[in-house]
Amino acid sequence: MAAENYEAVIGLEVHTHLLTRSKLFCGCSAGFGAGPNDNVCPVCMGMPGVLPVLNERAVELAIRAGLAAHAEITPLSVFDRKSYFYPDLPKGYQVSQYDLPICRGGYIELPPAADGAQKRVRLVRIHLEEDAGKNIHEAGASLVDFNRSGVPLVEIVSEPDIRSADEAVAYLRELRTLLLYLEASDGKMEEGSFRCDVNVSVRPHGTEKFGVRTEIKNLNSFRYVEKAIAYETARQIDLIESGGTVAQETHLFDSEREETRPMRSKEFANDYRYFPEPDLPPIRVGADMVEAIRAAMPELPAARRARYAAEFGLTPYEVGVLTQDRETAEYFEVVAAAVENRKAAANWVMTEVLRVVRESGKSFAVAAPPPAETAALMRMVEGSKISLTAAKTAFAAMVKAGGGAAATVESLGLAQVSDEAEIAAACERVLGAESAKVAEYRAGRDKLFGFFVGQVMKAMGGKANPKIINDILRRQLAG
Amino acid sequence: MPPAINGTGALAQNQIMPSELNRLTIAEARDRLRRRAISSRELTRDCLDRIAAIDSKLGAFLTISEHAALEQADAADKRLATGDAPALCGIPIGVKDVFATRGIRTTCASRILENFVPPFDATVIERMRADGAVFVGKTNMDEFAMGSSTENSAYKPTRNPYDLDRVPGGSSGGSAAAVAADECVAALGTDTGGSIRLPAAFCGVVGMKPTYSRVSRYGVIAYASSLDQVGPFTKTVRDTAIVMNAIAGGDPRDSTCSTRAVPDYEGALSGEVKGLRIGVPKEYFVDGMQPEVERAVRAAIAGYERTGAVIVPISLPHTEYAVAAYYLVATAEASANLARYDGVRYGLRVEADDNITLYNRTRARGFGTEVKRRIMLGTFALSAGYYDAYYLKAQKVRTLIRRDFEKAFADCDIIATPTTPATAFKIGEKTADPLQMYLSDIFTISVNLAGLPGLAFPCGYDGHGLPIGLQLIGPAFGEEPILRAADAWERSFTPRHPAL
Repeated sequence: MAAENYEAVIGLEVHTHLLTRSKLFCGCSAGFGAGPNDNVCPVCMGMPGVLPVLNERAVELAIRAGLAAHAEITPLSVFDRKSYFYPDLPKGYQVSQYDLPICRGGYIELPPAADGAQKRVRLVRIHLEEDAGKNIHEAGASLVDFNRSGVPLVEIVSEPDIRSADEAVAYLRELRTLLLYLEASDGKMEEGSFRCDVNVSVRPHGTEKFGVRTEIKNLNSFRYVEKAIAYETARQIDLIESGGTVAQETHLFDSEREETRPMRSKEFANDYRYFPEPDLPPIRVGADMVEAIRAAMPELPAARRARYAAEFGLTPYEVGVLTQDRETAEYFEVVAAAVENRKAAANWVMTEVLRVVRESGKSFAVAAPPPAETAALMRMVEGSKISLTAAKTAFAAMVKAGGGAAATVESLGLAQVSDEAEIAAACERVLGAESAKVAEYRAGRDKLFGFFVGQVMKAMGGKANPKIINDILRRQLAG
Repeated sequence: MPPAINGTGALAQNQIMPSELNRLTIAEARDRLRRRAISSRELTRDCLDRIAAIDSKLGAFLTISEHAALEQADAADKRLATGDAPALCGIPIGVKDVFATRGIRTTCASRILENFVPPFDATVIERMRADGAVFVGKTNMDEFAMGSSTENSAYKPTRNPYDLDRVPGGSSGGSAAAVAADECVAALGTDTGGSIRLPAAFCGVVGMKPTYSRVSRYGVIAYASSLDQVGPFTKTVRDTAIVMNAIAGGDPRDSTCSTRAVPDYEGALSGEVKGLRIGVPKEYFVDGMQPEVERAVRAAIAGYERTGAVIVPISLPHTEYAVAAYYLVATAEASANLARYDGVRYGLRVEADDNITLYNRTRARGFGTEVKRRIMLGTFALSAGYYDAYYLKAQKVRTLIRRDFEKAFADCDIIATPTTPATAFKIGEKTADPLQMYLSDIFTISVNLAGLPGLAFPCGYDGHGLPIGLQLIGPAFGEEPILRAADAWERSFTPRHPAL
């Protein structure tokens, strides 16, 4: 059978840091970027005799994620100890959840595909757990930084509902967007706060039975997820086609060679010996707590996308870009609310605003002018007070110097001239000086019209209203 | 044999020589300190001198913090002079080496923590420190609190003050022996399956395991987290009530610690037992127990009846499964609790070229035989394929044992039993047979599995002059009725004193 006769069956396990100020079980900062072992205390170092105290905010954020994913919030969930030895795991066990996770079931609705097809990826569970520290190997020594030890994580486990690398990436993007909207996670893959393990198997199209799966660890970018799935799917199909069988094993993705390699069995063949964590009482979540959390939830991406399409008449592509995270969407909404032409506002945010944000690598608040000022600039274009070209010039100046729209247009002298007498005089001067070209135009060379517009605009320093130039030139050339 | 000094009567006061202040009870010392009749420095000095004189024979202490203790005593004296004096202000206390003590070596009697100096105090230590208590040193114990005789200490055995050839009981044997021998006025211990009550019985002192969750476990080096509980060793029941007043109560650092209001335990000691219904479980008088123990315990129960208590025969039918269930639950939890001793961050490290070898060597050298045995047992009980048959089943037995007690407390207010089937055994007598050793705890273990308060105190002596312990068990948070009943008994009982 050829490769196209197989389909991939993919399930994803996403680990993401929760955006809490402190760690899951102690008061240490959960922030990223401190010096080695700056954010540690006896609790997250696993000193003898210490006890965990649960961070309530982490529970709230996990429930938020569950509600957003249409999951069931478990009224009584339990922490368990997962035992294994590793130098970055200070207690010799990780406090995690096993058979009673905080959320069960639910699904993530993927954005409609190009052909409009809808797809849901079901979830198995969302559970809370603590992160481990980080081993650093340098100068022949192994060091451990425990800053990350005890930082709260949720693990979001999908059903094997995903059928391609593209779908896997669409799922991850949607999940990441959701978590960003919820302010549950910062979604930063490069800092390790959004990580993904992939389970992949293949089977002939039309068959029910799952093939043997491999687990691929160490995927910290969407591109790697895509490459790893493509590589692993092809590897498994080749193996089966050449008469071999897939072994259930754990692979590591090598980002330099873009291939997966099996880990030594010693590295993953663990019996984790889960048992309920006796140092923490069960988490009880009452209906009122769930409702309070639900009431405080922001509008989610799916609802926002539907609204943008209906209210603003935007294309699916435009909707997708504008809702990719909450900052973009909220910026756009302020601009859109203040202008007549929402489509133009959408274009402006998608091109001008996102470009400066992307190029600066900073947040909207730092990189872009306040949305009200951007809106003010757009209104000037709508009212023909400035040209689109002038607006771009003004916007660049606002980004650079931080001034308001009106003041910038004023100080740069960008206001558009709409005085018909003044424009008519300029047109007469241009046509008088270009009599040969006027004759050619009148003989049928229509293309020269643009040349005359350009010359008038040049004569007026680029500030003339182009629509008025057009009208007057047509009248004069016809006459 | 010196005269008895226990009790709260006036008798004792004039018989204490100035150099024997260490023989005072907390209540007596508190009174004299507040009156400024003695200073904490004098009292502390006498305890330290006593330790210097006898501890080489007794082996109760692993670390003596003389310098810090005298500083604390001086600070206490200053505070006493201002009239601001909590009950424990200036009182010399021995602390089982299972409690984290800031700046003072804390070994858990294990080689693996031989040089470990915690950067923090356990909550109970912090509370007693805030009250002005004086910490004279860290007491010996079975390694990681695993044992019934203190012979499992990696450093040395502790001996019974009544007979130096015998064990003091365990695992808090050092604390029990230190109090019995007047090396300190009171001591702290922990009790996971009887580790306070058994040594209290063997050494003839008062020892209490409070209700699970009544006292914070923060900073107590964990053996079995769902069973461990902190409690005092004292010379009198009143002193136990005084220490309980100081240490009980909610702790934001221990999520399993109850926030329930703490009653005034000392105020509960009315001396009155009239109408008190005392349950006597038939399962606690077993074949093979030492006849003198049964006689003394039954005599004590008869004494209660004479003073107006009502004796109610009861049954705790699942008692026989308690030891088995305990050794599954406790070892399972221990196998995880002791995983942190890996040689990476603190304590012993035996260097190696790779992690696994480093772990293996460190743990092989750092842990003693009994600790290894229990880690193996617990690891096995939690392993894939065995979890349901062992750990889960043991938890079910635990529920049945808890229900036995709940049912029994419908018919009685407190329960009276022997603390141990026999008095203190000889050093080395049971070390070859772990099962025999485990059976020393048959009367104390159920109380931990059910999370109830239990109090052990002397009710008589056997033919060798060895103390016999009565155990009173209360319902959850029923510390007051058992303290009250024990105090009532003590008012008419003259305890002996070990000749050392």
